[in-house]
Amino acid sequence: MGEVIVITSGKGGVGKTTTTANISTGLAALNYKVVMIDTDIGLRNLDVVMGLENRIVYDIVDVVQGNCRLKQALIKDKRFENLFLLPAAQTKDKNSVNTDQMKELVGNLKPEFDYIVIDCPAGIEQGFKNAIAAAERAIVVTNPEISAVRDADRIIGLLEAAELHDPMLIINRLRPAMVKKGDMMNIVDVEDILAIKILGVVPEDEAIVISTNRGEPAVLEQTSKAGQAYRNIVKRITGEDVALMNLEEADGLVSKLKKLMGIK
Amino acid sequence: MAMFDFISRMFGKESSSKNVATERLRLVLVHDRANVSPEMLNALKEDLIRVISEYMDIDQAGLEVALNQEDNTVALVANIPVLRMKRNYASNAS
Repeated sequence: MGEVIVITSGKGGVGKTTTTANISTGLAALNYKVVMIDTDIGLRNLDVVMGLENRIVYDIVDVVQGNCRLKQALIKDKRFENLFLLPAAQTKDKNSVNTDQMKELVGNLKPEFDYIVIDCPAGIEQGFKNAIAAAERAIVVTNPEISAVRDADRIIGLLEAAELHDPMLIINRLRPAMVKKGDMMNIVDVEDILAIKILGVVPEDEAIVISTNRGEPAVLEQTSKAGQAYRNIVKRITGEDVALMNLEEADGLVSKLKKLMGIK
Repeated sequence: MAMFDFISRMFGKESSSKNVATERLRLVLVHDRANVSPEMLNALKEDLIRVISEYMDIDQAGLEVALNQEDNTVALVANIPVLRMKRNYASNAS
């Protein structure tokens, strides 16, 4: 039976979809059988980030309403035979799926896949409730920025209330040079405030923009720092113990000193 | 200007912007986590005044009610200056 992971954040634009695409592709590259579900009905984007926008025939609402069979709506990835996408509907009402339907849908996918990765919409409304309804594990994506961390805190509270315990954090778009100058919160700051375990830290990287332009996830690019960060995250998801990447001066002087003195 | 920023930071005169951000975030999260709005805090204040006034005269203008955070706990801290005790509170209540 597969594991169901939801990628969520509260705030929009922090990199949920990019994270979903990279984690899923990375898992597929390790030969796991993976399906991504885009639950952002009305604002779908996982298809373009994956470069699969031209192959969509049916979507999640078609499946739920019985217009097609589940297998018909799954789009096979360009690069990996063992990676699939269930796209969101673009033109339908965003409330056309409910939590029970979502649970049933995921229940049907679980026996077939190793990982089911759910891309959650921004916000805390129905789309969010659907996305987390069937999840067994949650990954919260944030940026080292005041509004994103605040929203992440709210999401962590809502996940706890929904009994989705021990969510893990990805700090996305960290800029080591700004952290060094003391103009951006560092890993320790964010970890202290949110008080959850860190799954990974992804540095700001132009390779992400370029790979998204092309519809090819950066996790496959050996030279990209963000790609390396995503590969590490993928390994941690599969249970491997990988140390946090050295982002070169990613920490401020104070936290470096603290680390040296073993305070952490 | 950059040089001035650098110097003032070196001498600790000005907090770096990330310190400002973490401080603001800590404060705003106290309220978010406790799910308390300023309106609710005001209503609570008025109720406190009403109840305590049955037992003692208090300085209403000097009354302060706030949520404080220490480590991972939030405490409601009320500072209520007492002007005098009411001698006959029991007879008022009955």
